[in-house]
Amino acid sequence: MDLTILGAAAINGLLIGGIYTLVASGLTLIYGVLHIINFAHGSMLMLAMFGVYYLLVKLGIDPYLSLLIMVPVMYFFGFWLYKLLIGRLAQGKDENILLITLGLSILIENLALMFFKGDTRTISVSYSDVMVEVGPTLVSLPKIISFGAAMVLCALLGLFIQRTDTGRAIRAVAKERVGARLVGINVDRIFAISYGIGLATLGAAACLLMPIFYVSPTTGHIFVMVAFTVVVLGGMGSFLGAVVGGLIVGLTESFGGLFLGESLGQIGISLIFILILLFRPSGLFGAKR
Amino acid sequence: MTDNSRSIGWPLHLSLLALAVLFPFVFSSSFMVNFGVLALFYAFIGQSWNIAGGFAGQLSFGHVVFFGAGAYASTILQLRFGMNPWLGLPASAIAGAIVGGIIGFLSFRAGLKGSYFALITLAFAEVLRILVNSVEFTGGGLGLLIPAKIGANNFQFSERIGFYFVILSLTVVSVAIAVWLKHSRFGAQLAAIRENEDAAMALGINVFNEKVKVMVLSGALCGMGGSFFAQYFLYIDPTIVFGVDKSVEMLLVSMIGGAGTVYGPLIGAVLLAGVSDVTRVLTNVQGLSLVLYGTLLVIIIAFLPNGLIDLFKRLGQRIKQRGQ
Repeated sequence: MDLTILGAAAINGLLIGGIYTLVASGLTLIYGVLHIINFAHGSMLMLAMFGVYYLLVKLGIDPYLSLLIMVPVMYFFGFWLYKLLIGRLAQGKDENILLITLGLSILIENLALMFFKGDTRTISVSYSDVMVEVGPTLVSLPKIISFGAAMVLCALLGLFIQRTDTGRAIRAVAKERVGARLVGINVDRIFAISYGIGLATLGAAACLLMPIFYVSPTTGHIFVMVAFTVVVLGGMGSFLGAVVGGLIVGLTESFGGLFLGESLGQIGISLIFILILLFRPSGLFGAKR
Repeated sequence: MTDNSRSIGWPLHLSLLALAVLFPFVFSSSFMVNFGVLALFYAFIGQSWNIAGGFAGQLSFGHVVFFGAGAYASTILQLRFGMNPWLGLPASAIAGAIVGGIIGFLSFRAGLKGSYFALITLAFAEVLRILVNSVEFTGGGLGLLIPAKIGANNFQFSERIGFYFVILSLTVVSVAIAVWLKHSRFGAQLAAIRENEDAAMALGINVFNEKVKVMVLSGALCGMGGSFFAQYFLYIDPTIVFGVDKSVEMLLVSMIGGAGTVYGPLIGAVLLAGVSDVTRVLTNVQGLSLVLYGTLLVIIIAFLPNGLIDLFKRLGQRIKQRGQ
């Protein structure tokens, strides 16, 4: 096969993989700290994407500018959702919280269906059709901006967790909640903050996705499986894992489409998910379970 | 979980059965019989989920994988090999059992439990959906259309009431299995596994074997649901019979009615079919019934973890106490 085509597939895969990384970093943070699997992750992303869509259509706000709105909005939404609902109901078995987040995702998806109807929506901005030459191929400008921004945001999130006091407290709670409580950390607050940050990454991802993707009430389904695969592949709770996993999943999707065709090509992601869970459940960088 | 199903067992089972038999004669309009068929259909596939998810505690998010396997096995055998569609029922049970056995074997051997098991079943369903969607032999994304040829020997009835009694019989079988699980050694072992796997192992239960067995049983029943679905609607495609929606419906019906109970899925199913019919008749709003159902799921998990059936049980106990 022509090397140019392979190169183009690799570049496209890496570019979308960057955004998968961002989506998955929120999921892995929530899992790492709270030990809960946020099944509503995809539908929250869908909700945020509708937010970005309406900010552009109704108020004319550029999707990248919407970052300044969507990130804090999603943070507070997540913070209060945890405080008022999930935190109170999250007691007991991990299956229960999985079911509650499933219930939430059904609720959000069907509310979206009620209010926004089932149509698929895309946006177009002045720079949508600008193409840039990258190595052997042409890539649309928004894809490159989105990838760059996703990487910067992941790095910022990593720095935040490593360097700030809140970040230190988050790591402490993730490692040892009882010990964290003993040294005076308000653990419940850290839980809510972590859930908030997890959703804030979705707010950011929505702004970066909207110029290059579409949204409909079921868009979340696509990203649920992708995000879980990235997280499981990288190792639950590992940031480095989310970055590497995101890029691998992006490449898998891109090459899968190239070699197996549009329909069968989607199989790669689910297969990775199954194989990792069956044979290496700790993922590439995760701690042994 | 307190269970008084033995003391009130037979009178309850028989009166419910009598009600179900009389239903299509009392409410004989096509609309109401269709409602009965759908309610029983949800009850049946909900019960198949309940046997693994409720009785054995093996929560699955991708039960549709068995449903779809059954639907495609029976439809392909009928269309490509000219098999009588009635034989599709046992064929789909075998297909569902095989898929259940394989998924159970692989997942449980890898030690997957709880949320991880739930997610891997979802991934297996995705893999089968994509495969069936991509292969010519299964009709690809266009799906398979079963030609209409009315005749009872062809599993196609001129009146819906014929389908009603088929799905009623299947539901009776599934309820009988659930009753058996309540009182048998196998069921007790499953309950032990659900409550505490390590303790069950310490008691000498072969946890791995019992879990694979229950997946085979649950898969077989769910597969038959797929075959019935294909015959009732005469059309299947990968998105419908391998899609997330059906998995979620089975889980909802069982969790909301009462997971791990005999009649929980029945209560959940009547509610699901009722709510979706009522919202469809009263309003034209898409998604409203599932909004109600999603909300109900969250409320039930939080406040009524044993499901709606608990309300009935409490009511029954109160009446009994009054009587004494």
